[in-house]
Amino acid sequence: MTLDVAWAVDWVRTSAATVVEHRDELIELDRQIGDGDHGENLKRGFTAVVAKLDALEAPPATIGDVLKLVATTLMSTVGGAAGPLYGTAYLRAAKACGGSTVDSAGVVALLEAGLEGIVARGKATTGEKTMVDAWSPAAEAAAKAAADGAEPAQVLEAAARAATAGAESTIPLVATKGRASYLGERSAGHLDPGARSSQLLLEAAAATAARAS
Amino acid sequence: MTAEAGVPTGRELARVALVLVSHSRALALGATELAAQMAPGVLIVAAGGMADGGLGTDYAAVEAAIERAGEAGRSVVVLTDLGSAVLTTESVLEAVDPELAQRVRLADAPFVEGAVAAAVTAHGGADLEEVAASAVHAATSFGPVEAAPTTDGHATAPADDGVVRATRTLLNPLGLHARPAAVVARMLAGYDATVSVNGVNAASVLELMKLGATQGAQLQIEASGAQAGEAVEALTDAIDAGFGEI
Repeated sequence: MTLDVAWAVDWVRTSAATVVEHRDELIELDRQIGDGDHGENLKRGFTAVVAKLDALEAPPATIGDVLKLVATTLMSTVGGAAGPLYGTAYLRAAKACGGSTVDSAGVVALLEAGLEGIVARGKATTGEKTMVDAWSPAAEAAAKAAADGAEPAQVLEAAARAATAGAESTIPLVATKGRASYLGERSAGHLDPGARSSQLLLEAAAATAARAS
Repeated sequence: MTAEAGVPTGRELARVALVLVSHSRALALGATELAAQMAPGVLIVAAGGMADGGLGTDYAAVEAAIERAGEAGRSVVVLTDLGSAVLTTESVLEAVDPELAQRVRLADAPFVEGAVAAAVTAHGGADLEEVAASAVHAATSFGPVEAAPTTDGHATAPADDGVVRATRTLLNPLGLHARPAAVVARMLAGYDATVSVNGVNAASVLELMKLGATQGAQLQIEASGAQAGEAVEALTDAIDAGFGEI
């Protein structure tokens, strides 16, 4: 069982839909501990991604091509820190997915490369109330599921569940990276908007993989 | 959005250019204007805000600004404001031609003060590392300075310790503000001499401005080095002429 380019396109389009659907929630989360632009920035970025997908004359040849289109578009349209962070994540993930399909090990490689991109760009680690708190447990859970022989859709399901728990784990944390760190102790008690949007993107990956299977 | 300042009249641009990256178009343009006023021979490219004028950092604008600044083999010092300006610049530097990237330094410096300090240093002909260092050191130039006690006397001959000293009265109605401070710093960059005014480094615009010297203030000048005498003479002449403002 593998996931193909059609899945990657479906994942990206579903990501755009979920980002649009959760725009107001992300704005509210970001307003509590940041500058309140995360929902609008991601909506603008993913709307631009969908417009680029729609404008393609031929479907992308590889999963990497799909992810690279997402990367470059987010970097140039998001405007906030999520642009270069997600941009780098998708760019590294694209490099890990050069073929037209991914198996379970390929899904793990995709997630690990994405995490590595976010860490490289943001220089954050777990426990700092950032996207990393969703991505890191997701990549770990995916690796464990793949090692246990899970199919790609189940690997992504495990990753999404871990990302959800990881995002919720940011609530009591005090931010030490990013705009929320300016608030210091006052950042505790709020869900990190970047971790929340990471969770949404990984849930979209799992839902579309389940559909494709 | 990008815009630039520093188109010189009949002279070559400095070998180090600046790129100012801000979430805000107005902030990037304002900082560019301020720095350019003090260093007209330096190419300063502003990359501020999103393409639609909103707040944010635009990858394409930052990329275009760095490529423009780095034309003709120039080195580039980039100053940024908050978070995503840094991350976007780092992303651009990872993606551009490596030959260009190795001529670019992202300075961890306060945006406005760093831009002013870097521009004046670049104007004096400094190299990439010197310009980047002047921006970074602007961060430690915030606090008030203890003004050295004023002494009387007019001496431009070296004393026994090899230091040339002179004292002048500041004539400018607005005091030693940004423009004359930049004039002093730029002028002294042309001499092989280490010069201080009231105990602070006279090659630093920020330190001169921090003196808060108002009209009538006594300026005590000390210089050492091969051209100390010439430097002090040029400086005292400029002070006596009110830096062209009176």
